[in-house]
Amino acid sequence: MDLSAINPVLLIASLMVAATPLLFAAIGELVVEKSGVLNLGVEGMMIVGAVAGFATAVESGSPLLGFVAAAGAGAALSVLFAILTQYAQANQVASGLSLTLFGLGLSALMGQSYVGIKPPQMEKINIPGLSDLPVIGPILFGHDLMLYVAIAVIAAVWAVLKFSRIGLVLRAVGENHDAAHALGYKVVRIRILAILFGGACAGLGGAYISLIRVPQWTEGMTAGIGWIALALVVFASWKPWRVLLGAYLFGGVTVVQLNLQAAGVAIPVEYLAMSPYLITILVLVILSADKSSAPAALGRNFHAAR
Amino acid sequence: MIRLEKRPQPSKAWSLATPLVAVLATMIAGGLLFAALGKDPVEAIRTIFWEPLFGEFSFYYRPQLLVKGAPLVLIAIGLSLGFKAGIWNIGAEGQYIMGALFGAGVGLAFYPFEAWYIFPLMVIAGGFGGWIWAMIPAFLKVRFGTNEILVSLMLVYVAEQFLASMSLGLLKNPEGHGFPGSRNLQQYDSAHNAELIAGTGMHWGVVAALIAVIFAYVLLNRHMTGYHIRLTGEAPRAARFAGVNPTRLILFCLGTSGMLAGLAGMFEVTGPSGQVSIDFNVGYGFTAIIVAFLGRLHPVGILLAGGLMALTYIGGDIAQSNLQLPSAAIQVFQGMLLFFLLAFDLLTNFRISLGKTEVA
Repeated sequence: MDLSAINPVLLIASLMVAATPLLFAAIGELVVEKSGVLNLGVEGMMIVGAVAGFATAVESGSPLLGFVAAAGAGAALSVLFAILTQYAQANQVASGLSLTLFGLGLSALMGQSYVGIKPPQMEKINIPGLSDLPVIGPILFGHDLMLYVAIAVIAAVWAVLKFSRIGLVLRAVGENHDAAHALGYKVVRIRILAILFGGACAGLGGAYISLIRVPQWTEGMTAGIGWIALALVVFASWKPWRVLLGAYLFGGVTVVQLNLQAAGVAIPVEYLAMSPYLITILVLVILSADKSSAPAALGRNFHAAR
Repeated sequence: MIRLEKRPQPSKAWSLATPLVAVLATMIAGGLLFAALGKDPVEAIRTIFWEPLFGEFSFYYRPQLLVKGAPLVLIAIGLSLGFKAGIWNIGAEGQYIMGALFGAGVGLAFYPFEAWYIFPLMVIAGGFGGWIWAMIPAFLKVRFGTNEILVSLMLVYVAEQFLASMSLGLLKNPEGHGFPGSRNLQQYDSAHNAELIAGTGMHWGVVAALIAVIFAYVLLNRHMTGYHIRLTGEAPRAARFAGVNPTRLILFCLGTSGMLAGLAGMFEVTGPSGQVSIDFNVGYGFTAIIVAFLGRLHPVGILLAGGLMALTYIGGDIAQSNLQLPSAAIQVFQGMLLFFLLAFDLLTNFRISLGKTEVA
């Protein structure tokens, strides 16, 4: 065992990379839940985004195009969820589960011919001077574009929810859909748009795993990150900046346990690999005492009688 | 203009018809999918649904129907109790693994001693393993109000890691030349869940599944707890006024479903699978969710749905070897089934009326 081999600067830099898929998926789900919809299909949308992004990037040679395709694929899958819950009035928990089961199968089918291929690399941002700074350079200025996009999305969601009229309407729909309907807001339309946004974000998160973090395609490679993202929204009490904090915390746990595996700590690999899931449970336990910040209409379907 | 009117009472007829409509729609959509993959759709559907039952080699496949159907029914029966009451255990896969590990662990502890009581002890241990794994989300929900969906699901990944650790470590076959995986329980008479009637696929797991169906039917229709489950699901507020104890209901529903999933895992590891290995679990715990919904959360319905789902597994395997249909295609097929079911359920709860909508 050699802990001195772990470089703290690289550790923090890779922590940010590990957290980014979670950031995308969780901020998308946060918006969905703010509109009063509980979409448990995050894992399914992520994995479909992962394979769609991977395939597009390999075929076109452009990782950026891959991300666009991933967002499209995630949103396309979420349309199914939107139809089920918003038009067919199906139970949201069951619909979300079906989305995940379907997505896992679909991604395995789509990804068959892409196993073992290396995707084109996304270039890291290089700002002369800044990126070469010791310590701060590799941590803050040495990443790929999408990592910054994720943080920008968080900031944008925060600003929209807090300062804009759209954000206010979205929150109103999530808190009390009957009142919002009475005020003349199109509840179903707003929720569908939120679901689509959530799907696109989950797709981006998935593609970040298959194109940058790993980078290759294997079946079921999201390994529960979509579910951790759902837990993260609860952890964040539906507040965007706390999603960032939570994602970095989980990213940190993942990276530290991977580093410990590599350093050959006396704890068996399997028990280290359990740790992110166990810590998720622990965090849920600590934070679930306070449910006051959850959107009041979360998980309830809306059907206008007339 | 199409308008939806909520029915005062869910339609009984549609409630029975939607699973059939959903299966038909899935066959059509699945056929299109198979055609898109360059396979003859009619041939593919025939291979999946006809070949295992009436084809040339059906004598081999029919017993498989029981082998694959039993764990699905056993798990789905347990899940349906919770689903009815709005308690979502989606970690049956993990409970299935833990049941198998506990059951096999007890059996292997006795190896090579032979006695009649070893198998019953293993059954108890298997049920206990699943139960205790499900009690974690149950306890956390009751004590701290933690979301049982997320906790039970997280525990699937923990159980998978635990399975890997066990098959590489504690339960590894000492005479296995270093290969991962435990001793083969099929070669250990006292622990072997053998076919009760040779060549039928009938093993103790099938018996347990049938008992579970009867148990669930009686519970839901003739017992106070079953009434409380249905009441909580259909009218939570009324249930509270009627004095239903939610804590006990959560512990009961999650515990029972965990126990049944554990039993399913235990019967699988001692019978058809034979050994604890890294890839022991094949997703029965998740497919059982589809089975539970397809069976309308009704015990008899689940029995039929389990049979149908087992059919798609076996037919999928045949299609894989005969038509080179990718194995993932059948997974998509099963996922679609749940989609269509949920979509067509609209007709159970709503009436579609055609006519002009006017502004009041």
